[in-house]
Amino acid sequence: MLRYSLKRLFSLMISLAVASLVIFSVVEIAPGDPASYMLGVNAQPDTVAALRAELGLDVSRPERYLSWVAGMLQGDFGTSYTYRTPVAEMVKDRLWVSLPLALYALTLSTLIAFPAGIFAASRRGKTGDVVVMGSTQLGIAIPNFWFAMILVLIFAINLRWFSAGGFVGWENGIWAGLHSLTLPAIALALPQASILARVMRSSLLDILGEDFMRTARAKGLTRKQALWRHGLRNALIPVLTIIGLQFSFLLAGSIIIEQVFYLPGLGRLVFQAISARDLIVVESVVMLLVFAVIVVNFVVDLAYAVVDPRLRTRT
Amino acid sequence: MSLLKIDTLSLSIAETPVLRDVSLSVEPGEIVALTGESGSGKSMTALALMQLLPDRSQTSGMIELDGVSILDQSEAQMCSIRGKSIGMVFQEPMTALNPVKTIGDQVMETVLIHQEMAPAQAKTHARNLLNHVGLPEDRFPLSRYPHELSGGQRQRVVIAMAIALRPKLLIADEPTTALDVTTQAQILRLLKSLVQEFDMGLVMITHDLAVVAEMADRIVVMRQGEVVETGPTKHLLANMQHPYTRMLFDASRHQVDLPPVPPPEPLLEVRNVVRDYRLPRTRLFHHPGHHRAVDNVSFTLQRGERLGLVGESGCGKSTLTRAILGLEEVQGGEILLNGSPVYSGTKPDLSVRRKMQVVFQDPFGSFNPRHRVDRLITEPFHLLETKPTGSERSDRIAEMLTAVGLSPDDATKYIHQFSGGQRQRIAIARALIIRPELILFDEAVSALDVSVRAQILDLLADLCQAYDLTYLFISHDLSVVRSVTDRVLVMKGGQIVEQGETETVFSNPSHSYTKSLIAAAPVLPDPDSLRRSIEHV
Repeated sequence: MLRYSLKRLFSLMISLAVASLVIFSVVEIAPGDPASYMLGVNAQPDTVAALRAELGLDVSRPERYLSWVAGMLQGDFGTSYTYRTPVAEMVKDRLWVSLPLALYALTLSTLIAFPAGIFAASRRGKTGDVVVMGSTQLGIAIPNFWFAMILVLIFAINLRWFSAGGFVGWENGIWAGLHSLTLPAIALALPQASILARVMRSSLLDILGEDFMRTARAKGLTRKQALWRHGLRNALIPVLTIIGLQFSFLLAGSIIIEQVFYLPGLGRLVFQAISARDLIVVESVVMLLVFAVIVVNFVVDLAYAVVDPRLRTRT
Repeated sequence: MSLLKIDTLSLSIAETPVLRDVSLSVEPGEIVALTGESGSGKSMTALALMQLLPDRSQTSGMIELDGVSILDQSEAQMCSIRGKSIGMVFQEPMTALNPVKTIGDQVMETVLIHQEMAPAQAKTHARNLLNHVGLPEDRFPLSRYPHELSGGQRQRVVIAMAIALRPKLLIADEPTTALDVTTQAQILRLLKSLVQEFDMGLVMITHDLAVVAEMADRIVVMRQGEVVETGPTKHLLANMQHPYTRMLFDASRHQVDLPPVPPPEPLLEVRNVVRDYRLPRTRLFHHPGHHRAVDNVSFTLQRGERLGLVGESGCGKSTLTRAILGLEEVQGGEILLNGSPVYSGTKPDLSVRRKMQVVFQDPFGSFNPRHRVDRLITEPFHLLETKPTGSERSDRIAEMLTAVGLSPDDATKYIHQFSGGQRQRIAIARALIIRPELILFDEAVSALDVSVRAQILDLLADLCQAYDLTYLFISHDLSVVRSVTDRVLVMKGGQIVEQGETETVFSNPSHSYTKSLIAAAPVLPDPDSLRRSIEHV
């Protein structure tokens, strides 16, 4: 198990190094000078020259790459050109919204999807299964911004249980923070839960047809006992894969929901930075997201090994 | 009173009748074999005993276990009977165990689910059981996972689970079909000793009449959901009444007449062939190790000769087959067909490859289900420089289908419209259509029922006459190899340990491994000598 973890960790490092090189190269290779690109066509030559110096464009490329990486390792992501504040601080603030939101949505989605998937699988072909599968179909089909607006209409405007948007900040306490993230989390969780429930169901149904499930029944386990004791853990592998993918997506892909609820999250930051051609912010945030995705994959890999002993010995 | 009594049991699944008026009984300590070909209903009888039938099943009749009527039990009551009063062992040891739980947990579960013992006690019990079935603690601690065990070892774990609560009745559904002969002999011996020791009744389901003859006290022969004949083993084998029983028995011992071998002229020459597989690196920057699957193998196959290759799983016979076909590069030695190497440079030589064809084991998996038969059997045409087209193509398709006993009209059908035996005929047609000089049969009849197998073997003999076939027949089934080959190679651990005339090797083996293989293989007794032995008693 330890060797397996070390191996995964090693490949994580390699992935990160390759990713940083690719991101750096893409920004470098982009035609034209980053400084003049950021300032637009009407910029004065001396402003461009000043920005070039600030960006460190006057030194050689390998040097620039190394100082960029070294900076990131120390938590220095450079200074945003448009906001004139350190990128690290901006990202940190946004991350405190996006990360909890992603975790919140993922927790909700898992809490909905597992019981729904297990329920549907254990009642295959019966009314319960049809109802659950029909609802997940709907959950995937409904665009989440529209669903978000409906949630706002019902729970914020009519019932006044939640505010219609904005984030109160964690300084007002955990519950207040979570409260203001609840509607966006639900809106994000719905399609994810629908997909996850379907994966859970089909994965379980595959397992239910396995020989060892029949062996379990022959020992005297009831259908339900066999499902819980022997089915669930085996069905978990494909489900874990989807959860990993969903978390990565939720972290950066919630831009529309952030817009609907006026949340100061990472998605909005990237969107604003791209519109403002703030390459420093874009570069750093993309690197951060890549880091997050790779770390999540690493965690999923470890989770596989916990669930399936065959992976611990296989290389 | 009998331990198990089945009386006029009928079963239909989704309105389709599966069993009709099945009656049989089992006494304590008795081994009753249910035998018959696929679709005879023998496995369904076992599942009916366990009440683990598929959905939409309807049963009528009576099943009585130790005075308890099984068909009248509720599902909850059945759960307390399964595993406790009836244990069951399945065919596929590789998949019958949960891969993510330790063998200890799985054996303990039988005990714990019926709340017979406290967890600590159950653990000791599980340990004792594993020792009992031949898995000693030092090599097989409870913390082992199924993937760390071989097929035979896994089957022992399954048996330990089934006998954990000393059930009165044990059902074994093809318990050794997936195992090698020497492992099969060990598992059968284990089952037999457990039956005697625990005074259990054993219902053993198997298609293998030789196993039946060695194991069973009584035989129940089934066909299409009905019992056609039943009786004490020796007596039944000596005086078979029903024609189906006789047919099964004859088909199992089927011998074919091969045409004589022409004077020797080397066709395939295998010289000092070595095939290494790279093992995964154990440490970074260290050289990865090798597994030598084929170790310095040499033999010559003469034109017109039928050569057998036998050995147990993992002995390297499939690897050798792939190397001969030029599907993989070898690490040493050479393989020549008609004097030219099958593998030249980095890829197989097409001009040599077109002289060889292969027929695989699985009649269900080796065809693309979306292609019609004409397209399937003309697949080898891609090896030819000029592909036959138009009427030449259709003539050859028609000729081949006729040669393997099918009709030229079958060319437009899809593969799912054929039975397993017919599919194997199509596979042979596909191999023959470019008139190869050599055909490799890789376990080509192993998945077939005995009666179908006999027909395919006859077909082979006929084709030998008509087309002067030369073939290499790879199989784990010694009796089949004995009947369809002139010479045989015995392979073990990547090496050929013995070779010679088939009859000589089988009747007078010289290598100890060949001896143990032949000793382990169950043989059908001769009815005449059986009759005589009964009369003497």
